[in-house]
Amino acid sequence: MNSDNITNVLIVGVGGQGVILASNILCEVALQSGYDVKKSEVHGMSQRGGVVTSHVRFGAKIYSALIASGAADAMLAFEASEAMRFAHEVKKGGTLYASLQTIKPPSGGGKKAKKYPDNPLGDAKDFCAGTVVPIDAEKIANELGNSRLTNTILLGALSKGLEIDENTWVQVISKMVPPKTIELNLEAFARGRREAQ
Amino acid sequence: MKENNKVLLFGNEAIAHGAREAGVYFASAYPGTPSTEILEVFSKFPGIFAKWSPNEKVAMEVGIGSSLTGTRTLVTMKHVGMNVAMDPLMTFTYTGVVGGFVLVCADDPGMHSSQNEQDNRILGKFAKMPILEPSDCQEAHDFTILGYELSERFNTPVMLHETTRIAHAKGLVQLGEWQEPVRGEHIERDYQRFVMMPMFAKARHTFAENRTIQLAKFSNEWEGNALEFNSKDIGIVTSGIAYQYIKELLPDASFLKVGMPFPFPTEKARQLADHVKRIIVVEELEPFIEEELLIAGIKCEGKKYFSREGELNLDIVHQGLYEAGIASKPAKMPTPADVVSRPPVLCAGCPHRGIDMALKKVNADIFGDIGCYTLSALAPLNTMHTCFCMGASIGNAIGVALTQTNAKHPPIAMIGDSTFLHSGLTGLLDMVYSQANATLVIIDNRITAMTGGQENPGSGHDLMGNEAPKVNFEKIISSLGIEKIVNVDTYKFDEAVERVKEAIDFEGPSVIIARQACALFPSKLKPEPYFIEEDCNGCGACLRIGCPAISISGEKTDKGLDKAIIDAGACTGCTLCVQICPIDVIFPVKEAEEIKV
Repeated sequence: MNSDNITNVLIVGVGGQGVILASNILCEVALQSGYDVKKSEVHGMSQRGGVVTSHVRFGAKIYSALIASGAADAMLAFEASEAMRFAHEVKKGGTLYASLQTIKPPSGGGKKAKKYPDNPLGDAKDFCAGTVVPIDAEKIANELGNSRLTNTILLGALSKGLEIDENTWVQVISKMVPPKTIELNLEAFARGRREAQ
Repeated sequence: MKENNKVLLFGNEAIAHGAREAGVYFASAYPGTPSTEILEVFSKFPGIFAKWSPNEKVAMEVGIGSSLTGTRTLVTMKHVGMNVAMDPLMTFTYTGVVGGFVLVCADDPGMHSSQNEQDNRILGKFAKMPILEPSDCQEAHDFTILGYELSERFNTPVMLHETTRIAHAKGLVQLGEWQEPVRGEHIERDYQRFVMMPMFAKARHTFAENRTIQLAKFSNEWEGNALEFNSKDIGIVTSGIAYQYIKELLPDASFLKVGMPFPFPTEKARQLADHVKRIIVVEELEPFIEEELLIAGIKCEGKKYFSREGELNLDIVHQGLYEAGIASKPAKMPTPADVVSRPPVLCAGCPHRGIDMALKKVNADIFGDIGCYTLSALAPLNTMHTCFCMGASIGNAIGVALTQTNAKHPPIAMIGDSTFLHSGLTGLLDMVYSQANATLVIIDNRITAMTGGQENPGSGHDLMGNEAPKVNFEKIISSLGIEKIVNVDTYKFDEAVERVKEAIDFEGPSVIIARQACALFPSKLKPEPYFIEEDCNGCGACLRIGCPAISISGEKTDKGLDKAIIDAGACTGCTLCVQICPIDVIFPVKEAEEIKV
């Protein structure tokens, strides 16, 4: 939590990776913990394979729903090049939890187009004022038998750094994920928490 | 900190709840980002009626009819939709309402999903209707309810003006009790009020002007135009989302937070001016409040420090305050990494791709329209050469056909099914009437896709989930007088090319109906993925169709070319890449598995 008693969390990924659900879960957890909460995201074009970002802020009293540039206490990046794109938004002392997963954009730009970076998380470190914590969420998700758990795994990692009761997380996740996947998501959350240690 | 029954809602959800609590029975709209979710949420409440109309003008007219019976009515649209609805609205503000009427207009500063960023507070003032402007989700809810009180008390439609950062931001909202929906029995005939011919309209214009005077009194008394007396040096006048940024940055300033920009609370602004040495106006887009202050003779500064372009945020407002000399120099903005961009693309399996590829083959000038297919203007398809507004494609193509003197091909207009039904019919009528040598391509994916898959008169269902008559495109088109109608299956490339040529070669107006269902809505197609064999020669033909499921594999051919790979999880099996692969190395994943067995 920063000096104004406000926590700023930026969640980024690619359309379809569960950015919105993750930010909804975080908002609800903050609300259950007694905080004022706001979040902002942009719909529309982002549905079509574009970048998805969600700003979440919680604390005693929140005005702006958008986080100022370079002021994120924590950032969750579900895709490695997106971690790199937004690494500069993390403040000094903050943490960037980044999935190793790479999703290459369709090569629309032809031969002259910029190439996907060779080492996105390595580059992310150069632009991040805080600490980069790489997490092989794809591997963990595959071990758990469902490729769509990245969001919950990274929320688990984030939860380690927030002063919020673990039970609140468990209750909210159980309430908000599809009923058939509750056990799986709770396991993914626990694995993510361990990864952050 | 926590109050028990507050819930986290998007601004749009808060408005829908507010309308339900206020006893709204009837709602109509045409979908448009960022307004769409209001009706989607409202339509799920019990005891009400909500509908999509073919366009915003019709939605407005339907809403007026509902109000005339005494029914409380909600109409929603995005900012450019209001341009379409202005005609009935400009006169509705003369007649006034019977049942309470709120028009929600959602602006999109920053153009997250729009073709311009007009500030519709100006249109609200132009139409002589009171404007309420919430600065957070709670106010979005509360002001909606207030809107119905004001509408019936002052006999006026009320505009609730929101922006993307209210519509699509979540905040805590205290909900209230639901009032029984107010539904009228029948209209009361009153031709002097509702027949707007000159002799009656003159009296109603006088009524509207007097109403504005009464509303200005209300505006000056209403607590939603909130004075906060703090610093004697700086007074901030602001409204909407801008309040949140400036309040966070300058908590100790004095404020006039404007909840009703029109009629403007001039007396409250004077009180602020008497209290402080200097007034700064912070608002998005146009200097609406600034001009109101200047008209009232209140000295202020605003757009001198804050741009008319784009949306505000903490960083931009901080920079403006620094330039105004009332904030410290902002810290240097952190440098972002230069990363490969990820522009929005047509989905894997999108039916627009096939017809785009066929049109690219004939290399004609293509006049575009509003929808997902606007993305075909970008690489690698590059098949669209204009895009103005809903329905413009057809008129543009007619004008070109009637004037160009030296073009290789007659012009082609390209429009989606929902956009055609929104405002393409009259354009097509003109194409026939003027016998323009042009071709219209209607891409019928059977849904309003761009805004998230809403039903329309061509989809066979309505907003409430009931079955609805499905429009027959061939019948409409032929009854307008088109003699050449060509059907195309957009998943069959060679055939599509032939059919496109056939339509273009026809002398006079012709129409191509290109069909396949949207790949996303109503539900994702059952995928039958394909894969590329190892002997891919790296020619890149499949990469040039811009499918997000196809990418460079990282492996090289003997000649050093990049081999392509298909993401089986994303591929739907539309087979367009299979059809254009010159060496036939793309096969269904299923076949490969069968071979293994």
